[in-house]
Amino acid sequence: MSVLVFTLLVAAGSLVAGFLGALTGLGGGVVLVPLLAILFKVDIRYAIGASLVAVIATSSGAAAAYVKEGFTNIRVGMFLEIATTLGALSGAFLATRIPAPALAIVFGLVLLYSAYLSSRTRPLPPANEEPDPLATRLKLNGSFPTPNGVRHYFVRRVPAGFGLMFGAGTLSGLLGIGSGAVKVLAMDQAMRIPFKVSTTTSNFMIGVTAAASAGVYLRRGYIDPGLAMPVMLGVLAGSLLGTRVLVKAQTRSLRLVFAVVIAILGVEMIYKGLSGKI
Amino acid sequence: MTIWAKWTDQKTEEIIGNLLRAGVLLAAMVVSAGAILYLVRHGEAPADYRIFRGEPTDLRHVRGILKNTREGHARGIIQLGVLLLIATPVVRVAFSVFAFALEKDRMYVIFTLIVLSVLMYSLLGA
Repeated sequence: MSVLVFTLLVAAGSLVAGFLGALTGLGGGVVLVPLLAILFKVDIRYAIGASLVAVIATSSGAAAAYVKEGFTNIRVGMFLEIATTLGALSGAFLATRIPAPALAIVFGLVLLYSAYLSSRTRPLPPANEEPDPLATRLKLNGSFPTPNGVRHYFVRRVPAGFGLMFGAGTLSGLLGIGSGAVKVLAMDQAMRIPFKVSTTTSNFMIGVTAAASAGVYLRRGYIDPGLAMPVMLGVLAGSLLGTRVLVKAQTRSLRLVFAVVIAILGVEMIYKGLSGKI
Repeated sequence: MTIWAKWTDQKTEEIIGNLLRAGVLLAAMVVSAGAILYLVRHGEAPADYRIFRGEPTDLRHVRGILKNTREGHARGIIQLGVLLLIATPVVRVAFSVFAFALEKDRMYVIFTLIVLSVLMYSLLGA
């Protein structure tokens, strides 16, 4: 395959991944690496490097829009970024020591878990509880605009959230994904932050988290410009398109279809890893 | 001094939003420019990413990438765009240090400085 054909095909695939990722809220990164590794036979380390670059682009692009809407809790984001960036750094160093087949297996397991999470319905938001002393001390409690006026919320279980965030950062650095699913889990389930605030703050943090591991990947020679270029531009265009149509689309069934695709890719990655074909 | 005195979270959010948008836009433009050069010059060459070789040292650090860009190498220009993209969240964090300092929030200045040093360590190495 010539560079021109390869570039155009990878750009088209990344565009679809970015589009579906934005539409379903699952992010494009999670399907990018298996797409590159399985369909385009790219070495998984190059694939992870390119995906990381795309993750920074989409997260920063979307965060720019969300931050101005006033849902993002910047203090929660900054505080938890201590955990995610340290995690990302350890994940990136871990990635340089783990053999490619093992990386593929870990990736497959994460894909299966993401598929499970996205197909599950969310429990109802809990009633407002007492303010947590640690969260109050750290000034994490916040508010956001609703049609019926400003709603205040109290953040809870800070240590559990912080620990989960370190894990999310490690996965992000190890696999080149945004790991938005784990970040939302930490904020929405553990710390009891309202869902809309969790998703926008998670997105706000993804760019910084990915930048923390991208530096290590760049210095280790894992980021190839010829591959990163179509991936970054394709995902960016796809996700911009996705957020445009998001308002009109029925995403429930689409999420389910995407979850099935992710699960299939997960099984495929585990199989390739076990049989050493990656 | 009146602008500084009335500094609010909302103002910070607005500037951060613009900063992120500008960074991504600039990076995408540089990558696109490099892409055109790269495809015109090397479009016919075979593409093969099956075997991991690692990038040449020139494309691994800031100085090498800048040198490649000055010499007009297509892959160097794309890598410069990638570097600008990685720098965007770093600049955002650096701005947050400044914004929290204006709000006289010493605790968050320290938190943000920790994040900034992790990022600098990752990008520039020990």
